[in-house]
Amino acid sequence: MTGRPEAATEAATEAATAVAEQVTPDGAAPGEPFAVTLEVGSSLANHTGSWRVERPVYVHRLPPCNDACPAGEDAQGWLYRAEEGDYEGAWRHLVEENPFPAVMGRVCYRPCETACNRGELDEAVGINAVERFLGDEALRRGWRLPDPAEPSGRHVLVIGGGPAGLSAAYHLRRAGHQVTLREAQGALGGMMRYGIPLYRLPRDVLDDEVQRLVELGIEVELHHRVNDLAAELDERSFDATFLAVGAQLAKRAYVPAGDSARVLDALSLLSGAEQGTPPVLGRRVAVYGGGDTAIDAARTARRLGVTEPVVVYRRTRDRMPAHDVEVGEAVEEGIRLRWLSTVAGFEGGELVLEEMVLDEDGLPQPTGRTERLEADALVLALGEEADLSLLASLPDVEVRDDTVVVGSGAQTTHPGIFAGGDAVAGDRTVTTAVGHGKHAAGQIGAWLAGRDLVLPARHELATFDHLNTWYYADAPKQERPRLEAARRTSGFSEVVFGLAEDNALFEARRCLSCGNCFECDNCFGVCPDNAVAKLGPGNGYAFDLDYCKGCGICAAECPCGAIAMEPERR
Amino acid sequence: MDEHGDAAGTAVRTGPGDSGRTPVKYYQVGSFAVGNRLVALEQRTVQADPERSNALTSGHRACQGCGEALGARYVLDAAMRATGGKVVAVNATGCLEVFTTPYPETSWQLPWLHSLFGNAAAVATGVAAALAATGRDDVRVVAQAGDGGTVDIGLACLSGMFERDDDVLFVCYDNQAYMNTGVQRSAATPPGARTATTEAVGPDPGAPFGQGKDLPRVAMAHDIPYVATATVADLFDLEAKVETAMAVHGARYLHVLVPCPLGWQTASADTVRVARLATESGLFPVFAAVDGQVTSASRIRHRVPVEAYLRQQGRYRHLFPSEDRPGRPDVVARIQAQADANIARYGLLADGDGDGDEDGTRPPGSGVAGSGVAP
Ligand SMILES: Cc1cc2nc3c(=O)[nH]c(=O)nc-3n(C[C@H](O)[C@H](O)[C@H](O)COP(=O)(O)OP(=O)(O)OC[C@H]3O[C@@H](n4cnc5c(N)ncnc54)[C@H](O)[C@@H]3O)c2cc1C
Ligand SMILES: Cc1ncc(C[n+]2csc(CCOP(=O)(O)OP(=O)(O)O)c2C)c(N)n1
Ligand code: SF4
Ligand SMILES: [Mg+2]
Repeated sequence: MTGRPEAATEAATEAATAVAEQVTPDGAAPGEPFAVTLEVGSSLANHTGSWRVERPVYVHRLPPCNDACPAGEDAQGWLYRAEEGDYEGAWRHLVEENPFPAVMGRVCYRPCETACNRGELDEAVGINAVERFLGDEALRRGWRLPDPAEPSGRHVLVIGGGPAGLSAAYHLRRAGHQVTLREAQGALGGMMRYGIPLYRLPRDVLDDEVQRLVELGIEVELHHRVNDLAAELDERSFDATFLAVGAQLAKRAYVPAGDSARVLDALSLLSGAEQGTPPVLGRRVAVYGGGDTAIDAARTARRLGVTEPVVVYRRTRDRMPAHDVEVGEAVEEGIRLRWLSTVAGFEGGELVLEEMVLDEDGLPQPTGRTERLEADALVLALGEEADLSLLASLPDVEVRDDTVVVGSGAQTTHPGIFAGGDAVAGDRTVTTAVGHGKHAAGQIGAWLAGRDLVLPARHELATFDHLNTWYYADAPKQERPRLEAARRTSGFSEVVFGLAEDNALFEARRCLSCGNCFECDNCFGVCPDNAVAKLGPGNGYAFDLDYCKGCGICAAECPCGAIAMEPERR
Repeated sequence: MDEHGDAAGTAVRTGPGDSGRTPVKYYQVGSFAVGNRLVALEQRTVQADPERSNALTSGHRACQGCGEALGARYVLDAAMRATGGKVVAVNATGCLEVFTTPYPETSWQLPWLHSLFGNAAAVATGVAAALAATGRDDVRVVAQAGDGGTVDIGLACLSGMFERDDDVLFVCYDNQAYMNTGVQRSAATPPGARTATTEAVGPDPGAPFGQGKDLPRVAMAHDIPYVATATVADLFDLEAKVETAMAVHGARYLHVLVPCPLGWQTASADTVRVARLATESGLFPVFAAVDGQVTSASRIRHRVPVEAYLRQQGRYRHLFPSEDRPGRPDVVARIQAQADANIARYGLLADGDGDGDEDGTRPPGSGVAGSGVAP
């Protein structure tokens, strides 16, 4: 480029023109290099979604709490609403499944918390404490249960006013059916009233939740023991029957005892205490058994003035069916526990206890060694069985091992008679009974309509490995305050208190929202291709498959496992 | 703060690595996730905002899971918010330039210039000077380059820009090699890593020990007003640093770790996770320095051995035993020693064995809370 710059420039222009003429047949001005001839366009024209071999999809996975709840509660769902401070919305979502949040928040054995994924991170979410807060809040604010649907013209008989019967009545009534509930006792509640002691479930709470339910228009007949079901069904025709008579008969064991020895069963002690007619016990009382009922009986005895209650159990503490919390609270209250002992006799104010050992299978075996223990009374807490005498006139209702046999549809072998709760085989808890009642109500409705009940398919379980727990900040569990041990035994005051609002809100916010989007914006933020649209509060997000390359970062960084990668089908 | 805010907020996120950041009271995940429906809008990240500028928009040709594409949008969207949308970007040659601008398309939704591989800092200086000369002191300049364009070929121009304290934020997207030309070693490639020019063969497989440049410290040595490091795994921190940088005039330097699935041989879904492991192992210290002095460092939340980080990446595969090779525990130990040195140099562990409230992410006494959680 020395010597003749003009000539060089001319030459370059000529060359460029020539090139332009050659390569831009589309009408570009001659003389412009190709690289400046096209309009600037956006890369949005480039649909990189075609590269994808896997696509992200928003999914709902089943949170372990919900999976574990025998009453089928959507704990994650109502915690979600509670997190926003929408307590009424949370409560309404909860009572879709279970009409007794305030009771549940006190007596449920919390399988949800045992299953809770947060337990693997620090401590399980205090689901039960939040449930109680919601239940109490509803009672305080007078929130009403949802109105029944239009009358269906069908009439269902419910026998037994425990949690199973009440839950069935609730769901049947909501579906618009007429419900008649017959209860042998003078008040509703079943074992929630005549079993569970006051210090765990104050009766105003029970009364209020039961009353709220009855007000939906359930026809309650108290003091109506059904002794002969066939006769009652002849007398007045019902379209279907739900049997929820529970397990009322205390199991006895043979204990050689002198005439003067006071031997009674736990249920009569507990219902006597409940009805203000506690039995005379004396100062030293032994309770025989290792379940929650034994612990309740001992703690009730302690409150009735027994100074030295002792629980006698055949095996060891870790094998006790009673729940740890209950046992712990009992010990705090001065109740003694005697392991590996059976009651061999009771005479002259003395119990004869035989020492046991556990064999390889963990079964207690007698040793022949005995010991004596001074006692004024012996309370047997060896379990309960159902009184099914009302079925004597209906031999086609199959009974096995003292429980009513039901199919997966909750129906007995007699068409139109359904059963649930303690009267059928399964876990004997309030929560299970509530679940049975709900399930049966749905099945009865379907049966009355002459169709099968189609339950929605269960989602895949949101196990811990689906979560990206990095994103959850550490947050200590909010414990419920409890009455000091010294002040418990002088009366039947409630031992465990509720959470205050701020603690309940905090606790709700500890929920990881397993398997269900809670709008944390992570997917929207972490996509290198901007291929996630945010649809606004409550509406979640959508993938823009025109641009999503399927890298999977959104799924990997979703804290709660609400995004799955699926193979692309072309 | 939303109406229920103060009642229930506890763990306040006030990481020491985030100069100038207002503590965010978290709800559920509010302190670490991009956003959260329970947190007030202004306390979420820029990326949580549906109105974010998307300075680097869809349709770009970066690989699946590209950390650089993610990092660049994070940085520029934050800079756009901090300046009311008045940013000019100058780009060096490299993946970021190539995948965003195949003629005649562009993915950039802001004024953007590209000149050469090595001169981004000089071009940015010129843009800043031109703006100053025309009285446009409201428009700010961001220069950006890969690690090659920063620590190698671009270093002379960059050092000059630092030295003159030109009013430019220079951002290095460090993917630890020349990715655009096929994964050749740069002076930012970490020891032991396999690249196309440091194959995993011989007695010292992968990139050599004892070489390379620690550009954040080189920048600090220029005593410029602000130097910071960040990763695509901590968005709050990254955005706070961009915001701090844009509030300052003069030469500023931000070094962002951006994993590269292709060059690091990681799963495309693991980009953020790998960046997190880089910081949680101590290999990539996240800190800020003002006027040449370190002022803050992000504490490690759940410390992991370097092995947890290295094992995710095919470029370190030769360090671990398999049927056909014994592995190189000695090399892993040397890398661990580097992480330990970083932890000591920047104070990356909270006092009292990482269990305290130093970074506010963990309540006091909740020793169990942080343990055993793989990031
Ligand atoms: C002492 C004790 C403590 C317990 N504590 C807990 C606890 O803390 N948490 C928990 O989850 N579970 C607890 N349980 C278990 C729980 O109470 C029962 O599993 C649950 O109440 C069973 O409900 P249900 O409706 O099937 O039966 P029930 O609650 O027994 O109710 C049956 C009802 O039917 C009525 N009835 C019976 N026969 C007839 C008839 N022929 N005609 C008319 N009415 C009839 C009865 O009077 C009763 O009201 C406890 C049980 C006991 C005994
Ligand atoms: C002067 C010059 N030398 C070499 C090249 C070829 N080249 C283009 S991009 C690139 C590597 C860029 O590496 P880096 O800066 O780390 O960016 P990355 O692509 O990794 O993001 C090279 C060597 C060039 N464009 N210009
Ligand atoms: S963290 Fe929440 S959703 Fe997950 S199991 Fe626990 S209560 Fe259920
Ligand atoms: Mg690079």
